Amino acid sequence: MADVDVLVIGGGNAALCAALMAREAGASVLLLEAAPRAWRGGNSGHTRNLRCMHDAPQDVLVEAYPEEEYWQDLLKVTGGLTNEHLARLVIRASSHCRDWMRSHGVHFQPPLSGALHVARTNAFFMGGGKALVNAYYRSAEKLGVEVRYEAPVDRIEIDNGRFIAAHCNGERITAKTCVLAAGGFESNREWLREAWGQNERGEWPSDNFLIRGTAYNKGVLLKHLLDDHGADRIGDPTQAHMVAIDARAPLYDGGICTRIDCVSLGVVVNREAERFYDEGEDFWPKRYAIWGRLVAQQPGQIGYSIIDSKAIGRFMPPVFPGVKADSLPELAQKLGLPVETFMRTLDAYNAACRVGRFDHTALDDCHTEGVSPAKTHWARPIDTGPFYGYALKPGVTFTYLGLHTDDTAAVRFGNQPSSNLFVAGEMMAGNVLGKGYTAGVGMSIGTAFGRIAGVNAALASKQAPAQSLQTLVATEMKAQHANA
Amino acid sequence: MQTLEALTRDAQALANGEIVLSAPETEVARQMQICNACRYCEGFCAVFPAMTRRLEFGKADIHFLANLCHNCGACLHACQYAPPHEFAVNVPQAMAQVRGQTYADYAWPPALGRLYQRQGLTLSLALAAGLALFLVLGAVLQGGGLDALWGANLGGNFYNLFPHNLLVGLFAPVFLFVVLALGLGVRRFWRDVTPATSGAPLSAPATAEATDAVLRLKYLDGGHGDGCHNEDDAYTLSRRRFHHLTFYGFLLCFAATSLATVYHYAFGWAAPYDLPSIPKLLGAVGGVLLMLGTAGLWHLNRTRHALHGDAAQKPMDLGFIALLFLVSSSGLALWLARGTPALALLLCLHLGAVMALFATLPYGKFAHGIFRTAALLRHAVEKRQPNPIGLGAD
Repeated sequence: MADVDVLVIGGGNAALCAALMAREAGASVLLLEAAPRAWRGGNSGHTRNLRCMHDAPQDVLVEAYPEEEYWQDLLKVTGGLTNEHLARLVIRASSHCRDWMRSHGVHFQPPLSGALHVARTNAFFMGGGKALVNAYYRSAEKLGVEVRYEAPVDRIEIDNGRFIAAHCNGERITAKTCVLAAGGFESNREWLREAWGQNERGEWPSDNFLIRGTAYNKGVLLKHLLDDHGADRIGDPTQAHMVAIDARAPLYDGGICTRIDCVSLGVVVNREAERFYDEGEDFWPKRYAIWGRLVAQQPGQIGYSIIDSKAIGRFMPPVFPGVKADSLPELAQKLGLPVETFMRTLDAYNAACRVGRFDHTALDDCHTEGVSPAKTHWARPIDTGPFYGYALKPGVTFTYLGLHTDDTAAVRFGNQPSSNLFVAGEMMAGNVLGKGYTAGVGMSIGTAFGRIAGVNAALASKQAPAQSLQTLVATEMKAQHANA
Repeated sequence: MQTLEALTRDAQALANGEIVLSAPETEVARQMQICNACRYCEGFCAVFPAMTRRLEFGKADIHFLANLCHNCGACLHACQYAPPHEFAVNVPQAMAQVRGQTYADYAWPPALGRLYQRQGLTLSLALAAGLALFLVLGAVLQGGGLDALWGANLGGNFYNLFPHNLLVGLFAPVFLFVVLALGLGVRRFWRDVTPATSGAPLSAPATAEATDAVLRLKYLDGGHGDGCHNEDDAYTLSRRRFHHLTFYGFLLCFAATSLATVYHYAFGWAAPYDLPSIPKLLGAVGGVLLMLGTAGLWHLNRTRHALHGDAAQKPMDLGFIALLFLVSSSGLALWLARGTPALALLLCLHLGAVMALFATLPYGKFAHGIFRTAALLRHAVEKRQPNPIGLGAD
């Protein structure tokens, strides 16, 4: 059998984008997905939208979301841990990629109920990320991409920065070029343990983390590239997108529905029944990403969101019913919290509430005075039974540690780009998103870099030099203007 | 033990006058709780937007949503929580199971609701009885026993065997009973789901929207127009198209019969009508469409993805499809075999099949059209009312 032109390792959005682009450029493509077919697609199956730059209303997107505003949003959430050149290319690519996505069967729709705050910035996939993944696989198979499931790659051969072969289920697979898009390491418990270490209480915090996405992102290749091949790295292994989710969520693949959206409507206490952070600091969609870390720092890595009946119907319904009680002491008891401290905390909070005009859709003037930590918005006494409690645990969405890359998506060794090894998706997202998160940006990065990695792998298989993502963006921009 | 506990709980609830959910209803309520926290499928159909207007799912909500579901499969293939995920979400299947239960529960008279549980048997017996009725009747009327039916000289006119008034006397009461039974059944359904769907009365725009959804089978378009699912995660318009052929074929055949009745009584023009008369034209075209439609639906049903819908209802679906195919094909055969000795026997076959079809309409797959239309009407009414849930996140 002749060598395949492009070997794609991974089976999520970035891998599929790479495979499709390479195939469209005329290369023969083999895609190796570690998971069985039923679990294919990695974390992409849990996504729901793409953050898109647009200068004017575009089909499902309202108003405008210009490059500069997108960049400022990214700068803010990453606290500067980003690469402006790459970030701006991702942003520009996001405004022109949707026609291509549609041509491979992806459907977009207006925002979902409960997600109208991103109506302007994010294009939603109809049916969510799994529908997108299904569409890409169908298209890939139709175009003649060979797909293998349950095909985890444990190591690759690299000679002087050039990809030679991959080892998968005991088979040595050679190819002219290779795209690595096999995800982060969030489902590798040992690695998380190593990265997070032991805290001052003697706990291993990561043992209590839940993984919101796939169980197949073990980071085997990432570790192999960093440790065994000395590939250039980016990002901090303890950085992960982490949110507070329902403690009863499954260990893996709990996805979107395990989120708890009532934090800003009540108070959150730890295992000792003490509050530990301002629950009303900002709108929940802007704050949910910090609460994973906040809970991770608490004893036992657990928190309890406490609300009363006034909050019911004001937040996205949670997947599991809350613990319900007619009185606060009864609720504390049912949640297994020390009743006395719990009542002291709640009484102090209730007494500190200065209720003005409650408005959950604005940063209202309901706040606390004389209690620490303060609650700066939406502070209303928790006094109307029945009362509800939801236990919270940190839920890891993805990790940020990755391979350093440039605008050609090349893997780099000693700051030199490989001529035939490329990287996309979570394995390199840390170049653009060093920490923090904003909805839909992971898919923007995965799509932009997946596509350019595919283009360049196809070019490299013909010994042609790699293109910059800039060239792809410019070509598509021109095509879009020509059509308009 | 768990079953015993559940039984005790149910018995207590019953004693307290609370509404107890059946196992399929409980399963829908469980799944809707998960879906309502996710909502990725909101763009596919009417079920999910209706779901987001609720925080809890009572019996009437579940019956409403189950009949609103078209079993298109889109939400199953797109679901991150579908089996093998431990949440095991399969909305089309859970809804189908409740739907089957509602058909039986709302059947009138209630005792006949049991016929839904043994659809294969019901339809076979109905067909056998219909055939026997017309064969015996034909033999008696023709004289000389069953043998005499082969080659009986009817001169191409059916009424020479079965006089018009006899046919009217047989079919009219059955038809009126069908209308009454379906009407009473859906009326009870309507009364139960109306309070759960805002209680507001039907308006003209709501009626127009629901009618459009029924006539175009809007909710088999996938929300994007590429269609729904059959054997896998690919979209197909074939289910929608074959259903259209079946539905409109049936309507044309029905129109042919109705027009013929008008011809007979209003103008005194007696059958048989031949081309290019309007009843013949409607009947011929309708018959061909119905044959094509049912053949296609049969094939699609046999190749459906294993996780779609409720496997226990396959005999009901396939039995109804087969009966419709038999009615249309025997009707067309009748026309083609006018001058042949087979005519009398074919006539008995056709009339027997038509009788079986009509007699079982209120106790078989046909009910789906009635109950789904009612659910679509309630949905069109409800969506025009202000949303009772005011999510802060919006």
